[in-house]
Amino acid sequence: MILDSKIPAGPLAEKWTKHKFNSKLVNPANKRKYDVIVVGTGLAGASAAASLAELGYNVKAFCFQDSPRRAHSIAAQGGINAAKNYQNDGDSVFRLFYDTIKGGDYRAREANVYRLAEVSVKIIDQCVAQGVPFAREYGGLLANRSFGGAQVSRTFYARGQTGQQLLLGAYSALSRQVANGKVKLYPRTEMMDVVVIDGHARGIVTRNLITGAVETHAAHAVLLCTGGYGNVFFLSTNAMGSNVTAAWRAHKRGAYFANPCFTQIHPTCIPVSGDHQSKLTLMSESLRNDGRVWVPATKETAEKLRKGQIKANDIKEEDRDYFLERKYPSFGNLVPRDVASRNAKYVCDEGRGVNETGEAVFLDFRDAIKRDGRNIIEQKYGNLFDMYKQITGEDPYQVPMMIYPAVHYTMGGLWVDYNLMTTVPGLYALGEANFSDHGANRLGASALMQGLADGYFVIPYTVGDYLAQVPPKKVDENHPEFAKAKEEVQNRIKTILSINGSKTVDYFHKKLGKIMWNECGMARTAEGLKKAKAEIQALKADFWKDVKVLGTNEELNQSLEKAHRVADFLELGELMVDDALNREESCGGHFREEFQTPEGEALRDDENFAYVAAWKYVGEGTQEELYKEPLEFENVKLTQRSYK
Amino acid sequence: MKLTLKIWRQKNNSDKGGFATYPVDGISKDMSFLEMLDVLNDQLTEKGEDPVHFDHDCREGICGMCSLYINGKPHGPLQTTTCQLHMRSFNDGETITIEPWRAKAFPVVKDLVVDRSAFDRIIQAGGYVSVNTGGVPDANEIPVPKTVADLAMDAAQCIGCGACVAACKNASAMLFTSAKISQLALLPQGQVERKTRAEKMVAQMDAEGFGACTNTGACEAECPKGISITNIARMNREYFSAVVSSESL
Repeated sequence: MILDSKIPAGPLAEKWTKHKFNSKLVNPANKRKYDVIVVGTGLAGASAAASLAELGYNVKAFCFQDSPRRAHSIAAQGGINAAKNYQNDGDSVFRLFYDTIKGGDYRAREANVYRLAEVSVKIIDQCVAQGVPFAREYGGLLANRSFGGAQVSRTFYARGQTGQQLLLGAYSALSRQVANGKVKLYPRTEMMDVVVIDGHARGIVTRNLITGAVETHAAHAVLLCTGGYGNVFFLSTNAMGSNVTAAWRAHKRGAYFANPCFTQIHPTCIPVSGDHQSKLTLMSESLRNDGRVWVPATKETAEKLRKGQIKANDIKEEDRDYFLERKYPSFGNLVPRDVASRNAKYVCDEGRGVNETGEAVFLDFRDAIKRDGRNIIEQKYGNLFDMYKQITGEDPYQVPMMIYPAVHYTMGGLWVDYNLMTTVPGLYALGEANFSDHGANRLGASALMQGLADGYFVIPYTVGDYLAQVPPKKVDENHPEFAKAKEEVQNRIKTILSINGSKTVDYFHKKLGKIMWNECGMARTAEGLKKAKAEIQALKADFWKDVKVLGTNEELNQSLEKAHRVADFLELGELMVDDALNREESCGGHFREEFQTPEGEALRDDENFAYVAAWKYVGEGTQEELYKEPLEFENVKLTQRSYK
Repeated sequence: MKLTLKIWRQKNNSDKGGFATYPVDGISKDMSFLEMLDVLNDQLTEKGEDPVHFDHDCREGICGMCSLYINGKPHGPLQTTTCQLHMRSFNDGETITIEPWRAKAFPVVKDLVVDRSAFDRIIQAGGYVSVNTGGVPDANEIPVPKTVADLAMDAAQCIGCGACVAACKNASAMLFTSAKISQLALLPQGQVERKTRAEKMVAQMDAEGFGACTNTGACEAECPKGISITNIARMNREYFSAVVSSESL
C-alpha cells in the first residue's frame, strides 16, 4: 500500500480553501441519516462531537471518565496560540506556520501545519463567543503573551488554566447538543475495539465500566480523539487514566501508527520523590523566564548536598554551574524544551543532581527576587509557587525550586491523511491521537490549538466528504463482524481474569516505564534500544502468565481496566523502540546519541530521514512493517537549529 | 508513618455498605493522599482482597474527578483537592476515616466512587451560550472590561468536583450551579439567554434532588478552588428577576 496523504495541489495558502470547495457535501435533509461515533471528549472530541451534531449528524460520544469535562485537556496551563496579530508585532499565518514547522525540526507536513495556522484565528473567535473568559487588557480587548521562546506575542490565556477554560467551553457546546438530543453521551465507557466491515470502520465495541457489559455500537464513521500515549512511561504528566488502548486497537485493525518514538519531555516538572510516585506534575514553562537553572560545579559539592550536609543557599556563586547560560549564551535558560531537558539529564548523569535521588536540578529565583522584589515575582508566579510548596513542602521564595524533565506529550500517533482519516476508511484520528502537526517536537501552546482546530474546523468538512459517498442507510449491527469483535473482547477479559498470577498490574506498568525511560527517553542508543526490546518482550510474556487481577467483569473493576491498558502499552512500547532504532538521526525530541553535532546538539539527516515512519501491524509477535511517507518542503528552507 | 484507615466499603449501589479498618505502614510524608491509597491497594491485591475503589484522574488538582470525605471534611483538612493533599498533613499513628461524598443526588457506585452525572444534567439545562461553530464575530468585537472578565474567570474556575454538595448539610448544589450562571451572566456573550438560563438550571438543580441553601457558607470554606458564595447571591438575583418577568407562564 502506498501512503496517500491526499494533500491538495496548488499554492500552500490556497490548499485548504480549494480543498473545502472540492469536498462533497451531504444534503441537509440526509445528515440526520448518518451516525458518527466520537471516542474521547477532550478538546478534539468535545469540539468535534458538538460541531457535527450542530450540522445535523447523530453523534454518540464516549469517555472513560465519569463526565466529559474531566478529559485531560483540562490540565493544560499555558495557553493557546493563534495568528491574530492583535499585538501588531509582526505575526501572521505564515509566521505561525513557519515557527511550528521549524520547532518540529522539519518532520511535519507543510500543508497540515499551514492549515492549522490558518484556522487558529477562528478558534479564538469561537471560544470567545462561547463565553470562555480569556485574559483581557484594561481596554476590554484580549491580552496576549509570548510563550515558549516565541518572538511574537500570540498566546491567548485564561490565567494558568487555559486548557480548563477551553475544555469547559467545548463541553458546554457538547452539553447543549446533548440537551438537543443530537448527542448521546456514554460516560464511564471504554472503547475496546473497532469494528471493520469490508475495509471500512463501521462501529466500536465498548465496555461499560460500571456494569462490565460489553456492547457494540454501529455508525457510518468513527472518530478517535483519545489523546496521547505518554503513560507508556508510567510516570508522566498525563492523567492516570490516559491510555493508548483505543488507538492501539485501531492499529491492530489496520490503522498505521506513525512516528511512535516522537515523545516530548518537558523540562520543568517537580522531580520524583520516591518509589511511591504515581504521576509527575508540570510547572509552567514560564518559570524559566525568571528562574536560573543550575547545579553545583563539582560532584563533591552535589554529594554533600544530597546527604544534607549543606543547603543550596550555602553554595557560593563560584561553586555553581549555570549550565544553560554557560552553554547557550544567547538563549540561556530559554532554550527549547528538548535542549533544556537533555542538558538537565547530562549534569545529573555526571553525578551533579541535587535531590536525594540525584535526579533534579535547581531553578533559582533568588536573583529575580533581588532584582524585581518579591511582590513582582509573586504576581507573576504566585499560584505556581504555592502549588510547588503544597507538593514538596518547600518554599521557593526562600530556597531554589528543584525540577527535572518528565514525559509530557506524544507527537507520534495514528497516521492520518490531510482529511484526518487513518489508513482504515471511515476511521479518523484527531488531536494528540494523530501524528500530523507537530513533527518531532511540539511548541508550547500548540496542543490546544491543534485539538480545537481538528474538532471545530477540519473534521466537519472532511467527514462530510466521506459520508457523502456512503449510502445513508443504517449500519446493520447484526453483521457478523460485530459479534466477532465483541466475542474477542469478551475472551480477552476472561483471559486476563483467569491468569490469577502473583504480580499486580502496576508492577508491570512500573517496570515497562523504567525500561522506556532509561532506553527510549531523553537519549537513545542502538545498543540500549535493542536491550529494551528484549526486556519488553520478556515483560510482556510474564504479564500474560503472572498478572494478578482480582474481582469479576460484572462490576466496577479498576484493576481490570488498568490491565487492559497496560497490556496495550506493552505492545506499543516495543513499537516505539523499533521506531527509535529505525530512525538513525536525531531530531526534536528524538535524540540518538550516535547522531550529534560536535557541540552535542541533535544532528538531523534530511537526506535519508525526511519521512514519516508509518508502521503496519501484521500479526502477533511479528515485526511490524514500515511504510515511508516522504516529506516535501517547498515553502521553508531546512536549517540546523542553533541556540548558541 | 504508620496509620489506621477506616474506609467505607460498599460493593455496589444496592449494597448497604459499612466501614472496614486497614493498617498501613511505611507511608512517607511526601506521598500524596491518593498514593497512600495506592500502597494500600497494592497490599490488598497481594493478599487477594478487593482493592478500594476511588475516583481520580489528573492528580494535579484540576480535573475534579477525585473526591473523598476525609475525617469529616471533603478533600480532607486543607482547602485543596484530595490529589493535592499530602501525608505531611497527618500525624504518625493517626486514624483516618475515609467516606464517599454523601448526598441523595450523588448515589454511591462502589466504595468511595459516586455518580455525579446530576452536575452534567444541570449544565445541559442551560450552562452554555447557544452559538454554533463558525459564523461568530471576531473575538475583539466583543470587548469585556477587565474587572468583569476577572470576576467571570473567578466563577469559571469551578472544577465540578462536588465538594460543595458534600460539605453542605442540605446537600445543596447552589455553589456549583451559581458559578456557571454567574460566569455567563457577567459576560456580554451570556446576556441573550440570561433569563431562561437561570430558570432552567435552577429547575434542573431542584429536580435532581439537591437541597436548598441556608447560607452556612460551608461550601465556600471547603471549595478547593475558592469559589465565592457571592455567586449564590448573584444566582438568586438572576433567578428572581427572571421569574418575575418570565415569559414561560
